Amino acid sequence: MAIEVRIPTILRPYTGGAKIVEGSADSLAGLIADLEINYPGLSDRLLEDGALRRFINIYIDDEDVRFIGGLQAPLADGNSVTILPAVAGG
Amino acid sequence: MLEIAAHLVDAMVAHARADHPDEACGVIAGAIGTDRPDRFIPMVNAARSPTFYEFDSLDLLHLYREMDDRDEEPVVIYHSHTATEAYPSRTDVSYASEPNAHYVLVSTRESGADQGPFELRSYRIVDGEITEEPVVIVDPVEHRE
Repeated sequence: MAIEVRIPTILRPYTGGAKIVEGSADSLAGLIADLEINYPGLSDRLLEDGALRRFINIYIDDEDVRFIGGLQAPLADGNSVTILPAVAGG
Repeated sequence: MLEIAAHLVDAMVAHARADHPDEACGVIAGAIGTDRPDRFIPMVNAARSPTFYEFDSLDLLHLYREMDDRDEEPVVIYHSHTATEAYPSRTDVSYASEPNAHYVLVSTRESGADQGPFELRSYRIVDGEITEEPVVIVDPVEHRE
């Protein structure tokens, strides 16, 4: 499944500066593993102890993956995945 | 330094006062690469807390898509402190994830929701390091049609 992945500014050092990269997988977990092959170190910014980091938001098209299965969220050909670090503080 | 028009400073302070005692938060977008804040975008603090702020995740997606459509980036990311100084907390530093943004802190600890003294200071937060910078009032961005 060819998936377009939009990368936030802070993670572009892992993708050689690219704002949009392509991956292939049928689940979010598979996509992250696939991206790690071409962009080593990226998965560690998205995952902690095998789970999605709390303050990284990942969307498949218009949906926050938290509501559609998290790491098990399914991906279909043509989906667009967007990664956005939370804007938060105290 | 942060160069910003007076009406945008006023808007951040008004928002902080309006949301006091909860923290207020938002973005001022500007054309990519110009480093000039232009479009004021107050956001809802989904945490609705006097000590924490967070943009709702779908609000965040819509905001970034809109900025992308308009060739903008978040030049200023602002939030308020309601009982402490206008200086980034450890939480602020650990969540700061826009390396090119100016992080503006407004403190309403002195006057709360009322007109009166407030603090407004600006910082760069990059790789966990805080660097304070002067806030310089300039004329508003011109829009040529």
